[in-house]
Amino acid sequence: MDRHLDRGDAALSDRHPNRLPAWLLVALVGPPMAFAIVFYAWPLATLLAKGLGPGAIADVLGRSQTWDVVWFTSWQAVVSTALTIVLGIVPAYVCARFQFRGRRAVLGLLTAVFVLPTVVVGAAILAVLPDSLDRSIWAVLGAHVVFNLAVVVRTVGAVWEHLPPDLEAAAATLGASPLQVARHVTLPLLRPAITAAAAIVFLFTFTSFGVIRILGGGARTTIEVEVWRRATQLGEIDAAAVLSVLQLIIVGGAVGWSVWSQRRHGHAIALRPRAVRRKARTLGERRLVVATAAGVSGLLVVPLLALGERSVRTPDGYSWTGWTTMGRAEVRRGVRLGTNPLAALVNSLEAMAVATTLSVAIGGLATLAVAAARRGRWLDTGLMLPLGTSAVTIGFGMLITFDTAPVDWRASSWLLPVGHALIAVPFVVRSAIGVLRAVDPRLVEAAATLGATPARAWASVTLPHLWRPLATGAGLAAAISLGEFGATSFLSRRTTETLPIAIERLLGRTGSILQAQGYALAVILAAVTIALVMLSELVRDRARRS
Amino acid sequence: MLDVRDITVSFSSDSAGSVVVLDGVSLRVQPSEIVGLLGPSGSGKSTLLRVVAGLHRPDSGHVWLDGRDVTDVPTHRRGVGMVFQDEQLFPHRSVAQNIEFGLRMAGQPQAQRHRRVAEVLALVGLEGVRRRPVTNLSGGERKRVALARSLAPDPRVLLLDEPLTGLDRVLHDRLVVDLTSILRAADTTALLVTHDRDEAAAIADRIVEIADLS
Repeated sequence: MDRHLDRGDAALSDRHPNRLPAWLLVALVGPPMAFAIVFYAWPLATLLAKGLGPGAIADVLGRSQTWDVVWFTSWQAVVSTALTIVLGIVPAYVCARFQFRGRRAVLGLLTAVFVLPTVVVGAAILAVLPDSLDRSIWAVLGAHVVFNLAVVVRTVGAVWEHLPPDLEAAAATLGASPLQVARHVTLPLLRPAITAAAAIVFLFTFTSFGVIRILGGGARTTIEVEVWRRATQLGEIDAAAVLSVLQLIIVGGAVGWSVWSQRRHGHAIALRPRAVRRKARTLGERRLVVATAAGVSGLLVVPLLALGERSVRTPDGYSWTGWTTMGRAEVRRGVRLGTNPLAALVNSLEAMAVATTLSVAIGGLATLAVAAARRGRWLDTGLMLPLGTSAVTIGFGMLITFDTAPVDWRASSWLLPVGHALIAVPFVVRSAIGVLRAVDPRLVEAAATLGATPARAWASVTLPHLWRPLATGAGLAAAISLGEFGATSFLSRRTTETLPIAIERLLGRTGSILQAQGYALAVILAAVTIALVMLSELVRDRARRS
Repeated sequence: MLDVRDITVSFSSDSAGSVVVLDGVSLRVQPSEIVGLLGPSGSGKSTLLRVVAGLHRPDSGHVWLDGRDVTDVPTHRRGVGMVFQDEQLFPHRSVAQNIEFGLRMAGQPQAQRHRRVAEVLALVGLEGVRRRPVTNLSGGERKRVALARSLAPDPRVLLLDEPLTGLDRVLHDRLVVDLTSILRAADTTALLVTHDRDEAAAIADRIVEIADLS
């Protein structure tokens, strides 16, 4: 009785004698807060201050080239989103409603591609397309679809599989044809999920950076790429800052609209708690299932296979030259590389180690703080903000903030992993906070009635739940750091360039051995990323079962 | 001796403004006495237990324990034990580790803890499960472990919040008998909250209705 009223407030309320001691809360909240303020809020403020300078705004907005970039960014994002939704609806339906052999494999494949670094997906599309289409708009759209298909299938499918089939049956008994059922019952019910998926895909494609850097061919640039080009290639910092702010405004507007729209069209549906999937019965259904599974798998697997194929292709037939020459700075006598692929691999692993350690430490403290502090929700929201800020914005902000003494940190090797950690921390918090929130506050109370001080009760009841989800988060952080390209483009230096940077550089060159090396590196990056994510999901599923 | 004086608790709720759950409630429990506190659900009996344990702060009124006003004393320094309705055994600790938790908090040396754990396990009739994880105990075993855990540090007063609710009839009746003899054997001062009059009559020395306490 009264459970809903007094649950869990004991240790938290202001004057309650059982509250956690202040020093503990400060120790938990302090480091993540300081981290977010120094490495996120401050650079963002610097960026805004530069980008809102009246002279720079007038200059940038006055150029027609700016509007060309904004126009291209917008329309390719809209078309990419529409294509992804249209192509994703059928697989979403098939995976949600039918039980078939290979269903989990198809879903796993979608997820695997989704977690791949952008440069790897770009490289895979580059590998699979014939030279004539190589750096065309079709390549960009194709990469965006392949990348984001998982968003549509997962988001829409998650609602679809829980929609009661009886609703559709009811419409049919009222005289609706299958098409009318779809139009008047199913689609309206799926609409919030479709809007949500569209918003996510739009966000990803509007801020597309790695894919465009590989496939845009220089002629087509999104706002993100233009920010990078102006800032690092042309040295027009102010103009780049204005573009960054412009991008923040457009993205903010899009996110706001999608939240509003989802609220407006949300229905309270009695979703079935368990998904009911059945085997395909009619010939038509069976054909649909087989064609969809084959089509999706082909769409995802063929580019990845092409990646491997291109890594061993040379003008004189297949050979391992691309792989075996990787460590040598000199490919042939006299042909020297500006890029050392093996060194890039080592740099990437070093950055990954530091970034993962940092993300786990900061993310772990933040998770505990969010779960324990009364105003934890604010910290939670604050730490999610880097998710909504593009990696390019984060990297650019850090670049222009930490460039003067006493904070001239551009030459420090730790600035790059700090940038990676900033991007990874929200994922660490997300993967752990649910577990901590699920800890019954009555367990803490039980410890208190047995004589444990508030701090002791917290340490013996709440804290032990953190380790497993933190291991999951560590896997994600490592994968994110390895593939990170946006912030890295600003923060890495010649001597410390990472795998994605090396891949982009090698693929942008002529010379078949350099190209093969680029593809070989992409294969390595893809394999390691998928392995890390699978490992981290394995840990999570184990934890769930026990 | 437990002495509850003039406790008032109200909760703010979205729909009805503020709801008064306990309105000037007073209650005394003598040493070694077992009091059964009866009342329909929603009458605030569990809230009263939480006030005594220090898990909920009353709007007004005082809780006295052995001649001392403990209203502002945090739970861990009150010396109360509590058996929760759904046991709240620590899932990541074994049976013995659950039971010795309170002894560890009291700073007892290991040998002494070991002895005490064996003692209370014998008291609740559960020898031989020390090392078992608490996640694969039966319903009856869980209740016994929860009881053993709260009895181990020898609390000044034991609070039982519907400890036998939700068990099947046979197990319930057997545990009523066992609980009575265990509490008697340990010479415990106890406040038992329940909505089952027969259960209260079987276990308690005295029965009070929460409605009569205001």
